[in-house]
Amino acid sequence: MSIEVRIPTILRPYTKEQKSVEAAGATLSALITDLDAQYAGLGERLLENGALRRFINIYINDEDVRFLGGLEAPLKDGDSVTILPAVAGGSVDSL
Amino acid sequence: MSLTISRAIVDAILEQSRAEYPDECCGVILGPAGADTPIRHIPMINAAHSPTFYEFDPKDLLALYREVDDKDEEIVVIYHSHTETEAYPSRTDIAYAGEPGAHYVLVSTREEIAPATEFRSYRIIDGVVTEEEVSITA
Repeated sequence: MSIEVRIPTILRPYTKEQKSVEAAGATLSALITDLDAQYAGLGERLLENGALRRFINIYINDEDVRFLGGLEAPLKDGDSVTILPAVAGGSVDSL
Repeated sequence: MSLTISRAIVDAILEQSRAEYPDECCGVILGPAGADTPIRHIPMINAAHSPTFYEFDPKDLLALYREVDDKDEEIVVIYHSHTETEAYPSRTDIAYAGEPGAHYVLVSTREEIAPATEFRSYRIIDGVVTEEEVSITA
């Protein structure tokens, strides 16, 4: 089982500057575990307290994983996963 | 560090910020990969439709990055407006800043300075904000 994962610029220091890496997993959660095993520290940039970070968007093929079951979203051989930083902000210090 | 940008694009962004007032407006300027030259202005929809928050819709975001890749471009500038406050990155802006190579432009249309406007550019890397000079060309 092999899934292509596209890595955004900000996370490439974890992947030796590779734009795209291969990983395996039957769910998004398992895929992130495998990514973190290959590229130490990457998992923590995607998850916070066991949930997907709000600053990060993850897509399976063309669909936002929030609409596919989040971390439980199923994956199959040949799927393509894209990780992108959210583009957001605002004038009020809401964080 | 500095940002060089055309008067036409600056004016288009200020016009967008006034048109979408009181909501914050947002968008990007693309250019050829590796050239650090903002050429192609793409206004984006603020999916938050809010005076205090902006967010690219996740679907629009994916389409944008696909286009950037397909055309061998890069996101040179990410901009948004502050409608009531200074054109300086808020803590929220800093927390979300996820493109270490981009110029983060903020414009302000706040009333205290009207009809003047602010157009300022920053690098935001690992939570550190550095303002840079903006050169506007004809």
